[in-house]
Amino acid sequence: MILRNLMIAASATAMMAAGASAETLRWARAGDALTLDPHSQNEGPSHTIRHQMYEPLIIRDVTGAFEPALATEWGPKADDPNVWVFKLREGVKFHDGSDFNAEDVVFSFERAKQPNSDMKELIGSITEVRAVDDYTIEMVTDGPNPILPSNLTNLFILDKGWAEANDTVNVQDFEGGEITYATTNANGTGPYKLQSREPDVKTVMVRNDDYWGIDQFPMEVTEIIYTPIQNAATRVAAMLSGEVNFLQDMPVQDIERVNSADGLMVKQAPQNRVIFFGMNQGADDIEADNVDGKNPLADVRVRQAMSMAINRDAIKQVVMRGQSQPAGMIAPPFVNGWTADMDGESSTDLEKAKALMAEAGYGDGFSLRLDCPNDRYINDEAICQAAVGMLGQIGVTVNLDAKPKAQHFPLITDSKTDFYMLGWGVPTYDSEYIFNFLVHGREDDIGTWNGTGYQDDALDAKIKSLASNTDLDARNADIADIWRVVQDEALYIPIHHQVLNWGMADGVGIEVDAEDQPKVKYFTMN
Amino acid sequence: MFAYIVRRMFQSVIVLLVVGLVAFSMFRFVGDPIDNMLGQERTQADIDRLRTELGLDKPFPVQYFKFLQGAVQGNFGVSYRQGRPVSTIIAERAPATLELAFVSGFLAITMGIALGVFTAIRRQGVAANVIMTVSLIGVSLPTFLIGILLIYIFSVELDLLPSFGRGETVMIGNWSTGFLTSSGLKALILPAITLGLYQMTLIMRLVRSEMLEVLRADYVRFARARGLSDRVINFRHALKNTLVPVITITGLQLGSIIAFAIITETVFQWPGVGLLFINAIQFVDIPVMAAYLMLISVMFVTINLIVDLLYYAIDPRLRVDARAT
Repeated sequence: MILRNLMIAASATAMMAAGASAETLRWARAGDALTLDPHSQNEGPSHTIRHQMYEPLIIRDVTGAFEPALATEWGPKADDPNVWVFKLREGVKFHDGSDFNAEDVVFSFERAKQPNSDMKELIGSITEVRAVDDYTIEMVTDGPNPILPSNLTNLFILDKGWAEANDTVNVQDFEGGEITYATTNANGTGPYKLQSREPDVKTVMVRNDDYWGIDQFPMEVTEIIYTPIQNAATRVAAMLSGEVNFLQDMPVQDIERVNSADGLMVKQAPQNRVIFFGMNQGADDIEADNVDGKNPLADVRVRQAMSMAINRDAIKQVVMRGQSQPAGMIAPPFVNGWTADMDGESSTDLEKAKALMAEAGYGDGFSLRLDCPNDRYINDEAICQAAVGMLGQIGVTVNLDAKPKAQHFPLITDSKTDFYMLGWGVPTYDSEYIFNFLVHGREDDIGTWNGTGYQDDALDAKIKSLASNTDLDARNADIADIWRVVQDEALYIPIHHQVLNWGMADGVGIEVDAEDQPKVKYFTMN
Repeated sequence: MFAYIVRRMFQSVIVLLVVGLVAFSMFRFVGDPIDNMLGQERTQADIDRLRTELGLDKPFPVQYFKFLQGAVQGNFGVSYRQGRPVSTIIAERAPATLELAFVSGFLAITMGIALGVFTAIRRQGVAANVIMTVSLIGVSLPTFLIGILLIYIFSVELDLLPSFGRGETVMIGNWSTGFLTSSGLKALILPAITLGLYQMTLIMRLVRSEMLEVLRADYVRFARARGLSDRVINFRHALKNTLVPVITITGLQLGSIIAFAIITETVFQWPGVGLLFINAIQFVDIPVMAAYLMLISVMFVTINLIVDLLYYAIDPRLRVDARAT
């Protein structure tokens, strides 16, 4: 009886608390931003937090399309393809009240090109940023760059005067342990202002009532309380108990539980990340197999057979509990160059696969080691386990070696694995990014994640030419040609596109965006 | 006496050095921190530059030596994950862990002794048997499961207590305390029970068996024959004589409460040094891992040293031996 009274009292106070703070977004995910410095650490959770307080020139909306932020119009200069012109938004103020103008943009881009900046590679093609007048900017690139805007959506603008006054003109030396004013404070033009921050514990932001877009966007959240909760079970419990009303990094096995709870729901969308296996086909002989003097993976028929042995629907149903989209190419949907046809090209056909193996001279099969991460992608190790069984059906005996990501990824970059799992996201939404890292032959600064040993000079030349091809139709035709080669050579074995799940309490209204970067200004609360 | 202390101190330093050496030789197997620190766009040149900058291209004895050089000056390096000095981060996180350890230690001792005495005196009673049976849960269930169970019952189902975090904290100087706010106190309850449950059952069982032993002793029978009240016999004579082993065990357990707070802190997202350590392992944050392991071993070594010195003070035989050699 006493317990019951207590419960009634507790739930009454909980309801009162909820009523008083109806517009607070209590947001949890697995990790925290590493720093607030806008140009240090090019990393998802850090960018997500910055997006609430800082703004780039252009952002992506929930569908992934460009939307004007601090720039209102942009395009290549009519008479010079090496120059992009940006018209800036007028009448914008930073949180401390100072005005935003071209000077701040020039300053921010110069800052982002400093050696300590993590963003410098993304804008490596920009040689100069100059202010034409207070609200017009010209960016000069080292050659025509048709997809420049794609690289600017996480490049935040900060106030020159504020940076100078607070001694944060330079990007913090993160590895050297430098803490600057910008590491723990923020002064952007964004829809929310920083109120307090304890790294790895709690970050509180309040609505910026002077935001330029306050009438254009819902902006219904007045306060954001962001808490990283690392343990998956605790994260879900916090949502079930109502302590959190918006959750990222939802564990797949708890989606049903959250969906069936009163007042909670899970929304999903395909994520900008495709999961696949890579095979070392370039070497004459490989270490991880039991075939001497020959590399079975060098034979395209073997690679095709292995791809055919993978039952992607079974992985989706059993391993992913429906939370994946089987893939036929290693580009996420909505990336320029992705086609539904190619994404549907993978099929499961054991008979044909066995025939191909026999044709290649491996009718009796061979054995191979598969390297797999166990803490990077959704159910990564379980996917590999499923693949082991499936490949076994065509005589490929796979020994699975699953490790934490910190041990797995160096294997790929140091070419110490012959068969591995990798996932890939495309921040620029363009196939060139995939080709540069995964298809181009491995060199010091290109093809860095291509662990397949595949290299073709003609194809490499074609990939390099994409960067400066301003004729978008011809460029897209080249992209399609390159994909044809990747598909025909069975360069990789695509598995699936990951699905993003966001948990939310009733009343919180937001669509899931493919980049896993919620922007709170789009949220509705009722 | 002086020679004994010097000898023990010397041994302690050797233990510390060996712990550090073993730790450093293990770090190579945790993975490569570079991969977590640079994004997927990094080039080989970036990797090489950062590796040289961090001194990771050196063999591990050299890295260890550099770590020791810094450590004796109180400089534990810079966290790879947070980009801040490790000593600052640990100083920030320590209050959370110490407060949690203090509360669970306190709970374990008071509840453990009270229940131990109760079950010893009423050893045939129903309540005592129920307590003894339930206490098996404390010893046999793993901590993370107890934590999740408590969260499920008290946060999700009953909605009484928070499932994660420390609630509101107040800064007193450099010490952030959760003792002064109601949300801070509420947030302490579940983690403290989770962390202290094992120690509590341990102390309870220890007190109970010692107590049963003492209650059978001759002097207790004589006391009873003299007509002393049960209360005086149980608490003044019996309990007092059971406390010696209890104090020894409690002292040793105090260290493990702090050291093994890792699991409890992870389950409850408790922002202490244990959670920091887990994050560090996942990110291969070598400076944080090294500093944490060294701190924990310093703590254990110190506790052991104090216990040894106490034995020396208490046990006359040790002094006799020392004189003989």
